[in-house]
Amino acid sequence: MKRRTFLKAAGITSSAALFSACVPKEAREAFLQKDFRSLSKDEVAGIIKRLEAQYTQKFGKPFSVSAKEPIPETSFGYALDISRCIGCRKCVYGCVKENNQSRDPQIHYIQVLELEKEKGIDFMHADMYYDRDEVPHEGHFYLPVACQQCKNPPCVKACPVGATWTEPDGIVVVDYDWCIGCRTCMAACPYDARQFNWGKPHLPSEEANPTTHFLGNRPRDKGVVEKCTFCIQRVREGRYPECVEVCPVGARKFGNLLEEGSEIRYILENKRVVILKEELNTQPKFYYFYGT
Amino acid sequence: MKRFGSKSRPILQGLAILLFSILLLTGYQAVAFNGILQQTKTGEQVDIQVPPPPLSEDYYPCTMCHADMEVNLERRELVEFHDDIVLKHDEENRWCMDCHDANNRDMLHTASGQLISFEESYKLCGQCHGPKLRDWKAGIHGRRTGKWNGRKEYLLCAHCHDPHSPEYQKMKPEPPPKKPGKIK
Ligand code: HEC
Ligand code: HEC
Ligand code: HEC
Ligand code: HEC
Repeated sequence: MKRRTFLKAAGITSSAALFSACVPKEAREAFLQKDFRSLSKDEVAGIIKRLEAQYTQKFGKPFSVSAKEPIPETSFGYALDISRCIGCRKCVYGCVKENNQSRDPQIHYIQVLELEKEKGIDFMHADMYYDRDEVPHEGHFYLPVACQQCKNPPCVKACPVGATWTEPDGIVVVDYDWCIGCRTCMAACPYDARQFNWGKPHLPSEEANPTTHFLGNRPRDKGVVEKCTFCIQRVREGRYPECVEVCPVGARKFGNLLEEGSEIRYILENKRVVILKEELNTQPKFYYFYGT
Repeated sequence: MKRFGSKSRPILQGLAILLFSILLLTGYQAVAFNGILQQTKTGEQVDIQVPPPPLSEDYYPCTMCHADMEVNLERRELVEFHDDIVLKHDEENRWCMDCHDANNRDMLHTASGQLISFEESYKLCGQCHGPKLRDWKAGIHGRRTGKWNGRKEYLLCAHCHDPHSPEYQKMKPEPPPKKPGKIK
């Protein structure tokens, strides 16, 4: 039973005794789970064990769920070279595979917009459904958009239950167990970066990525919101996000904003950089730049 | 076409791996691959691995044929061999020997005549594309994989650009997302 369904049920019966009597132990534990940030180390370990067993059984292969904490003195930043991107969408599908998104209904964290060179960055004339034989298409450029990992995130402020927050390394995360599916955060996000599981997610076992993080790519349920986490399961291990590695043209750059001499710092110091919808003061840590 | 060099390359690679393992075992940190080294905040050096150049086994080593061949510096249409190579790279001002070495066909050379290996072809490109080479060394042009806080792998210019016809090839994009419709 999920928290929201139970809350409804509880409204009718309002009986804790009944709850403990008729709900199996596993589900009872899941329901009584606190939000991730107020859990003790032991509690986290217990939850992780339960989840690993659950996923392993469901997908028929061993799953790991990490709760790895932020690397000290790290603030992640991302930069995308607009002059290089050719709109091939390899990042979109690489992301889906790495992050265990539902294939049907389809959930994508990255939307690649096709824009006209003459009009510049103009969302009124953006097309995310472009279907070309070849890219880049004459006279057009491409702008992949995903979560901008804002320093001043409207989504976090909008959430009525505190199920989404900014981690010390700057990643805005969602606790899928705590999310009540109200979608207020989605309405608050000016980048359309949050996705909702309207239907029961379908993730074929053979395609499931068994290396997961609690706040990242572990399998989700129907009725929760999800989004890009910079591949928290990878970057907290020091690896690049998946989209950086699958980009054939090398348009995607990632690193620690606090580290002098990192790729990301080089870009901020040497290239022409833009952020999307600057006037909203969301302060993205996702930068677009012109490499040429 | 006979496959030249298909025997010697794995041996060379094996040697490189062996050498590398020894360096690792002895705890040697600042390993220079092709002379590319990066300084990090803490002053330690992070090495970057570059995969071998994308030479086809049919052609390498070049000296298999060229060691006993006359050098022909004349600009001409190649018919006997290499007829698949089409120069589309400032071709009016360029010919093979601007980049390849006439006397040692296994090597490239700079304008000043300095020999460079195919592993270091970026030095050749950098002569005319200085700003691109600088960005490439900083990790901005081209692609890095591996760890953002540690060992990285890097692609050579030649992995993405055919030196003879370097314009980046167009490609078929992955399918567009489904338009929102019925929810199951
Ligand atoms: C299988 C034999 C063979 C191999 C291997 C080979 N070549 Fe050649 N190459 C030829 C022949 C034959 C010609 C002359 C073609 C003509 O004149 O039509 C030629 C011509 C050339 C020329 C034009 C100048 C000249 O000397 O005639 C260049 C430059 C060249 N080769 C470079 C290379 C490089 C670089 C490699 C290695 C990556 C290589 N070749 C490998 C057979 C070979
Ligand atoms: C702008 C410099 C440049 C010019 C001009 C040039 N080459 Fe090359 N060529 C290269 C580089 C660099 C490589 C190595 C590519 C790699 O790492 O795979 C190469 C590779 C080759 C190879 C091996 C290809 C393979 O698939 O393994 C052959 C053969 C060759 N060149 C022949 C020629 C011939 C013949 C000409 C003249 C018609 C010529 N090149 C002109 C830079 C040049
Ligand atoms: C001797 C100078 C010289 C060297 C060496 C050289 N280039 Fe170029 N390159 C040029 C010039 C000039 C142009 C512009 C003319 C053109 O586009 O044909 C150019 C154009 C290019 C372009 C743009 C092509 C396009 O149409 O978009 C690329 C990419 C490129 N070079 C890559 C390389 C790479 C990779 C190497 C090394 C293997 C290299 N160049 C070596 C002179 C050089
Ligand atoms: C990961 C692939 C990749 C690597 C590695 C790479 N490039 Fe490029 N390069 C590109 C792409 C993609 C473009 C843009 C092509 C386009 O817009 O059509 C480009 C464009 C260029 C241009 C054209 C001018 C411009 O600003 O668009 C030059 C010159 C060039 N590269 C040189 C180099 C040199 C020199 C190296 C090595 C030091 C290198 N590239 C390494 C992918 C790469």
